[in-house]
Amino acid sequence: MDAEAAKLLGAGLAAIGAGLASIGVGNVFAKFLEGALRNPGAADGQQGRLFIGFAGAELLGLLAFVIAALLIFQ
Amino acid sequence: MAEAKVDPMHQFTIEPLFGSESWALGATGINIAFTNSALWMLITTLVLFAFVMGGMKRELVPGRWQMMVETFTGFIDQMLEANIGKAGRKYVPYVFTLFMFILFANLLGLMPLGVIGVHPFTFTSHFTVTGVLAIMSFTIVLAVGFFKHGLHFFSLFLPHGTPWWMAPVIAPIEFISFMVRPFSLGLRLFVAMMAGHVLLEVLSSFVISGGNAGPLFAVGIGIPSMILMIGICALELLVAGIQAYVFALLTALYINDAENLH
Repeated sequence: MDAEAAKLLGAGLAAIGAGLASIGVGNVFAKFLEGALRNPGAADGQQGRLFIGFAGAELLGLLAFVIAALLIFQ
Repeated sequence: MAEAKVDPMHQFTIEPLFGSESWALGATGINIAFTNSALWMLITTLVLFAFVMGGMKRELVPGRWQMMVETFTGFIDQMLEANIGKAGRKYVPYVFTLFMFILFANLLGLMPLGVIGVHPFTFTSHFTVTGVLAIMSFTIVLAVGFFKHGLHFFSLFLPHGTPWWMAPVIAPIEFISFMVRPFSLGLRLFVAMMAGHVLLEVLSSFVISGGNAGPLFAVGIGIPSMILMIGICALELLVAGIQAYVFALLTALYINDAENLH
């Protein structure tokens, strides 16, 4: 396998990370909704924390995208 | 059929608008050519200025425009109050500016101005820009931390109640997670904006190539891609708002660390 092909394969594999991050982001919002429906009164106060969790989960997916972009365009 | 290849990265090219020869700063090797990136920063600033000035009439009974601006300032004020407490008030100008600048930049970059021949440039899709914004936030955190707490600021790296034998492990981890903050802050905004724009460009290339490849492909690929693109555009508007909010929120959290330690 030459280096160029390996790079493209690696970029494709990095896309798995983006998919896994989507599970993470889905989890964050799912759990928030679950909790919010049980106690709607407390939900509004926790939106900041919701987005912190979202940002943390999303960052890892974005890192996977960066890896893929570096492999393709470097 | 002509091989028309769409390059999704072309939209991020930075071009000097008025040439780059006469813009060199002497022998320093630094060139300050006025680029399309700088142009859109200027446009964002002007639009933002017009938006906020329109709401600064200070009427007792606010009109619609003033209401709109006050919603934004109130939103940031509330966020800082919730995350930092009373001391958060003095950071409202900075965080408000940061939030609105990023929000307007993201939204202006998504405007469909291409139909009238103007191609908007999303400068938040460049790490140089978001990186500088992140460094500004990080500098404020460091300055506030060291001015307010002096060397006691280093206790940030050792959370309360850490057993003494865990300290050699916890302190380096906390230190690394602290130093990574500006990178993750800048990287998140830049990658989110770039990924969205690349996605839109790739989908639009599907529409164009599908339309060129004959009626079957136009109906089978072009139209579904077009519908998906409209959906993704709505999603990108949401992402533009969320990323600006997340940037401001994380800045507030980091300032809270500096202001109150933990």
